Amino acid sequence: MSGSRLALGLAAVAAVTIGAASVRTGAATPEVGLRSVEDFAGIENKRERSLALFAEVGKVIQHPRCLNCHPAGERPSQGDAMTPHNPWVVRGTDGFGAPGMRCATCHSEANFDPARIPGAPKWHLAPIEMAWQGKSLGEICRQIKDHRRNGGMDMARLIHHMGEDELVGWGWHPGAGRTPAPGTQKQFGELFKAWTESGTACPKA
Amino acid sequence: MGYESTGLSRREALSTAGALVIGLSLPFGGARAQGAPQAGPVDPNAFIRIGADDSVTVICKHIEMGQGPYTGLATLVAEELDADWAQVRAESAPADAKIYANFNFGVIQGTGGSSAMANSYDQLRHAGAAARAMLVLAAAQSWGVQPATLSVEKGVIRHAPSGREARFGQFAAAAGRLPVPPKVTLKDPASFRLIGQDRKVSRLDSVAKSNGSARFTIDMAAPGMLTVVVARPPCFGAKLASFDAAEALKVKGVVAVKPLSSGVAVYADGMWPALKGRGKLVARWDESAAERRGSEEMVEAWRGLAGTAGTVVNSHGDVDAALGQGDLVEAEYIFPYLAHAPMEPLDGYIEWDGKRANARFGSQIQTLDQATIAKVLGIAPQAVSIETLLAGGSFGRRAQGNAHLASELAEAAKAIGPGRPVKLVWTREDDIMGGHYRPLFVHRLRGSVKDGAIAGWSNTIVGQSFIKGSPFEAMMKDGIDPTMSEGASEIFYRTGAFRCDVHIAQSPVTTLWWRSVGHTHTGYAVECFIDQLLEKAGQDPVAGRLALMDNSRAAGVLKAVAELAGWNGPGPVNGRARGVAVVESFRSFVAQIAEVSKGADGLPKVHKIWCAVDVGVAINPDVVRAQVEGGIGFGLGHALFAEVPLEAGIPAVANFDKYRSLRIHEMPEVEVVIVKSSEAPTGIGEPGLPPTAPAVANAMARLGLGRPSRLPFVRVA
Amino acid sequence: MPYSITVNGAVREVDVDPDTPLLWVIRDNLGLTGTKFGCGVAQCGACTVHVDGQPRRSCALPVSRLGNRQVTTIEGADGPEAKAVQAAWAARDVPQCGYCQSGQVMSAIALLREVKKPDDKAIDLAMNGNICRCATYVRIRAAIHDAAKALEA
Repeated sequence: MSGSRLALGLAAVAAVTIGAASVRTGAATPEVGLRSVEDFAGIENKRERSLALFAEVGKVIQHPRCLNCHPAGERPSQGDAMTPHNPWVVRGTDGFGAPGMRCATCHSEANFDPARIPGAPKWHLAPIEMAWQGKSLGEICRQIKDHRRNGGMDMARLIHHMGEDELVGWGWHPGAGRTPAPGTQKQFGELFKAWTESGTACPKA
Repeated sequence: MGYESTGLSRREALSTAGALVIGLSLPFGGARAQGAPQAGPVDPNAFIRIGADDSVTVICKHIEMGQGPYTGLATLVAEELDADWAQVRAESAPADAKIYANFNFGVIQGTGGSSAMANSYDQLRHAGAAARAMLVLAAAQSWGVQPATLSVEKGVIRHAPSGREARFGQFAAAAGRLPVPPKVTLKDPASFRLIGQDRKVSRLDSVAKSNGSARFTIDMAAPGMLTVVVARPPCFGAKLASFDAAEALKVKGVVAVKPLSSGVAVYADGMWPALKGRGKLVARWDESAAERRGSEEMVEAWRGLAGTAGTVVNSHGDVDAALGQGDLVEAEYIFPYLAHAPMEPLDGYIEWDGKRANARFGSQIQTLDQATIAKVLGIAPQAVSIETLLAGGSFGRRAQGNAHLASELAEAAKAIGPGRPVKLVWTREDDIMGGHYRPLFVHRLRGSVKDGAIAGWSNTIVGQSFIKGSPFEAMMKDGIDPTMSEGASEIFYRTGAFRCDVHIAQSPVTTLWWRSVGHTHTGYAVECFIDQLLEKAGQDPVAGRLALMDNSRAAGVLKAVAELAGWNGPGPVNGRARGVAVVESFRSFVAQIAEVSKGADGLPKVHKIWCAVDVGVAINPDVVRAQVEGGIGFGLGHALFAEVPLEAGIPAVANFDKYRSLRIHEMPEVEVVIVKSSEAPTGIGEPGLPPTAPAVANAMARLGLGRPSRLPFVRVA
Repeated sequence: MPYSITVNGAVREVDVDPDTPLLWVIRDNLGLTGTKFGCGVAQCGACTVHVDGQPRRSCALPVSRLGNRQVTTIEGADGPEAKAVQAAWAARDVPQCGYCQSGQVMSAIALLREVKKPDDKAIDLAMNGNICRCATYVRIRAAIHDAAKALEA
């Protein structure tokens, strides 16, 4: 760089790589980890341990990667800034979008970074009764435990959903320009399972 | 008029026109050499080709980029020719300024300033009338009857007394051998059966544009053709310092990497390998002369200038004294850089064999593009043919004084060498980050209201000039670029003392005219400010304007739109307020009323826009309506959402995710009335746009949202 | 990589990189140019095709993920809905520059196949992914209503 500057006698020379989609993406926030289940073992009181575990779980649940597709209205949000999804898309009757504008109109079964389009198998929105946006962690917690508002899942299925589901797992591999959910899906699944085993206490707020 | 002043003999017509003719293809323009003088009868051979199959092909000197000239120009010919519309076709004219000049531009072939129909109205009617006369004469000679005894209707020549009739194709060849009549009589407008008739003439390009068969520049292909994308500097005013192509050349399908004056060109056997290759390219840029300010710093600098006296464009009365009396009202309006972002990004196709070049693209100023390609390739302009293709929108972007696209295209051909057809394609990111923006403008307005009347008006305008230093600099007088203050230097309203002054701001950021040019900002500033002054003076927005107006056509559209909308004050009524604006641009008059409410998200929701237009004779009322609908949508979308902000000199938006475009659910209902007029036709490609944003803003003021002083209305922090 | 893909009912062999968007395969390799490039990031819809009958933005679908699914481009659009939509488009003189209209037409066809009589909201939801910079939206909406009516008859 300095070589070419000297050679050309120029004041400023910058090196830039121009990509097919040379676009500035939102500033990535530093990677945040999750504490492991063992980190909570020292909490004697079971209820307090359960609450602490859920607070840790909440770092994922309330991350933009998860909230964006658990909207309170019909329209999801997108990006780290959680702006309304543009174009205007909606949940539709089955969570997979409106006729003529399904999620799969743009999203395929994996991310496609050249077009900056995220994707995962069965890319879709959570049903309205599983809406998380605009809710406190306590509200979300009680909702997760409520069969009528958690997709009719029992705890075993919930543990599987959180720890194994591919669409949930996308949150840790969201593609360029999107901050991954903290930790790993494995850690998240273990924390969630530990919470279910600790009495599923929910924060008041 | 001049069309009747001198005679052009058939021989001259043949030698200069290479003969058109009825039945033959026109050669490309260069072959025409030093030819026909400007004045003289219109040679129909240059504009009309009639086939043995009865088809009537109209050679269009104006680019079809959506605004409808193919249909409109063909309508003019078909009217005077009495052609059967079902047989009418349109085709682009070759680049040849001597024959296909835009009379508004001098001896330059080009499209812009909403002038296509206005400058062709007489010319193509004369061409159609001459061709009709030649067909009639040929038939009369063949049938041995007097021409005056023949009639023509819907493509059929008829001799009523004998019952003989023939279609055009039968006499096309014979007509082509006849001299062009030195003088023809045009129809009385009262007898028009196509011009001005609603829904009689459908667009010639609708079917091809509905089934995918319409061919645009990006669709060009040829054996051995290379697709080219160019890595250009990240900021304005930077230049290529050096580059490393090693990794780019390893990409499968990449054929070559060459430096151009605009950046580094990657040549590949398709778009995807070209893009991948460009992604691997490392380029270093000399940014020593680059703009490094962000938009915010530029706005502050422009505002600083707006506080000082500029070059006076127009003034009367003692403004400073007037402003000292009564109630002073002040406003400031800030307009961002805007990209045109036509759906088809800039692109071009060229073949060059070392001696001659043939370019095919959406050339909007053919004469400048032709000369530029010739200069780059070191050949004569006559050795450069341009086939003007359908363009996927322009909004001003393809009308380039510096012909930078043609230049880059020719350089790309030159760098790879003769015999390799080249297709140059810009991506959307190249387009939105690539400058040539509607300039950033600041308006400072001051007015005074005394005893319920406006006593003074002062408007200081600051922005860059894209005319200065361009081939259009002759438009400037006394250092004033008229496109910066058009619409603001003379206004409809009697305001007491008046002054409009301008400052030309400097920046390496490239700027360009953008649909409706100066009116994009002056229309907003003037119509918002007059509304604000009238509100202060306790006047109704419509009646108050009318009381201050002397211009009968402006008043005419304002009254017409008020009647159309059933104007009964600005409201709000049931949460919906109405705002009005009236703007003259490109000699057309347009008034709009917008009905707006506050949406659930707190943002303005525009429900409906009523519009009255006076474009003189509306050649095709439905195309006029379409252009108004489109102009409103384009104007509203940008007013609501669009901005190319610079951060440290670099555009912070690159694609439609952040350079937000109006979408269908944001499009208001539109109702248009075309005021009857017998004035000469004027344009409508641009004039539908300027009143939209101020009409919406004036409604917003009545909703308590205020007239936004900074555009766009919806700004992301 | 060699791929065998089915486009407009015909099996076509192409040799391209796995990440090549279907758009460029259709245009550059197969020469079907009715499908347009507008943004490359699934924002504008100009590249809309049908994949197994559903609208897809071909700029965002790499050819390697297509598998044996059937691709239909504007050139292959057929059936009552396609005919009704294209007839309505021409009758209303919807297009201006026309560049986005292949995508608009493909989205409209897909909508009418699923919703026989779409109301304005259904049209908004299905069509708002297709940008028209000429803003022909008023006519697009009207033409879809026209086409629905024609199909009903």
